Amino acid sequence: MNFLATIGRFALAAMAETGRGTLFLKDTLTQGLTPPYYFRTILGQALRIGYNSLPVVGLTAFFTGGVLALQIFVGGSRFNAENIVASIVAIGITRELGPVIAGLMVAGRVSAAIAAEIGTMRVTEQIDALVTLSTSPFRYLVAPRIIAALVSLPILVAIADTIGIMGGYVVGTQSLGFNPQGYLKNTADIIEFNDVFSGLVKSAVFGFIIAFMGCYHGYYSRGGAQGVGRATTSAVVSASIFILAANYALTSLIFTH
Amino acid sequence: MSRPPAKIALRGVRKAFGPKVVLDGIDLEIAHGSSVVIIGGSGTGKSVMLKCILGLLAPDAGEIAFDGQVLTRRSRAEIDFYGRIGMLFQGSALFDSLTVWENVGFGLIQGKGMSRPRARDVAIDKLRRVGLDADVADLSPAELSGGMQKRVGLARAIAANPEVIFFDEPTTGLDPIMADVINELIIELVRDIGATAVSITHDMASANKIADRIAMIYHGRIIWQGPAKEIRASGNEHVDQFVHGRAEGPIRVGVLDE
Repeated sequence: MNFLATIGRFALAAMAETGRGTLFLKDTLTQGLTPPYYFRTILGQALRIGYNSLPVVGLTAFFTGGVLALQIFVGGSRFNAENIVASIVAIGITRELGPVIAGLMVAGRVSAAIAAEIGTMRVTEQIDALVTLSTSPFRYLVAPRIIAALVSLPILVAIADTIGIMGGYVVGTQSLGFNPQGYLKNTADIIEFNDVFSGLVKSAVFGFIIAFMGCYHGYYSRGGAQGVGRATTSAVVSASIFILAANYALTSLIFTH
Repeated sequence: MSRPPAKIALRGVRKAFGPKVVLDGIDLEIAHGSSVVIIGGSGTGKSVMLKCILGLLAPDAGEIAFDGQVLTRRSRAEIDFYGRIGMLFQGSALFDSLTVWENVGFGLIQGKGMSRPRARDVAIDKLRRVGLDADVADLSPAELSGGMQKRVGLARAIAANPEVIFFDEPTTGLDPIMADVINELIIELVRDIGATAVSITHDMASANKIADRIAMIYHGRIIWQGPAKEIRASGNEHVDQFVHGRAEGPIRVGVLDE
């Protein structure tokens, strides 16, 4: 019986969470998309979310591109297809690894930061104070962060794509002995518009997930410092899971044709 | 003898969180221009009641009226409810990402659409009213002491000359002298602005000082209310116990009181 109760409790909690998340989304859309718009806040957040994530995302993209080149070289050499390295690096990075790696890195950085900030504002009653000062927290706090992430992530991923391909190029030409001109030509020949575009569309969705999860968990945090800590963890974990799930869904639904 | 309509009236307000009933039918009228203090122990529903009036929580039943107008999410927007009230939060709840003057002028800029330079002038004027110099205006709230933060919170609450000011535990966490300074400020500001004041507190010294009327909340109901002078002769043993701060009496405070 205890076992059944546990399942029931878990199911109820999951449904309550889904409902609350949906209502939060509704308020974000109905209140966040109506004026006034906080352009300065959006710009500030874009700087925080996008620009400040550049070093982390750039480094991970570089190493990912490099390691991809090494692995594909090993794999390709088993059937005498070492030349495929440049093509696989280009497609792998733009279609898949660029968006996902950048998404997960930014989820770790930004979802956590947003959840901690909004969570602290919640437990110190600053969100209540906003309401009593005629300001919707959805307009003032949530919408600018979501818009900023939605715009920043594709830009960030475009840069990550470039750096990732460069990582593959550096490893390919320096340690695997590829001809630089040949490597670049292979890369340019294989890449199609859709490879890059699909990655950028995915990354915009990831940006939404990252900011939304940070805001949502922060907004509903309770119980002081411990509550904020819990909200931060939940934000990162749920953002990461949703990113991977959305990645699969988007890829299988839209971008495999 | 006709009475002016109540500034704020609560009728049968109920609120429960799951099985736990916090407000069990609150009836309370707050007359225009009066200073009403609601006293009660921790966890008796004072804060929840205040949040219901402010619209931060929705009551399960009953209604709350402002100037005779029943408050709902829509009517609050229609009558510009938040433009007509001010609130001093227990921990001041200053926005730590903004400077002191931006905090004070926040409602003026965001709510009333005032330009930043004008809002700054008003903010500095209000800061002076609560005894702070203009040179704190550009500091961040984190650089101020608790007492000064409280003053800034007070300046923010009165910035838009509200009709009603709410005070949530205005003296909690302050030393006795600073508490008295804040009490004096509250009396002075409320009188000058001509506002109605609604405070919740468990500090009897503060209640005696700032209240015209006192209401006591216990187990989610108003168990006594009357003029502040009469609280010592209330004839209610719950009130007596609270007012005199005795551990023994009908109010049981236990660690297992759930």
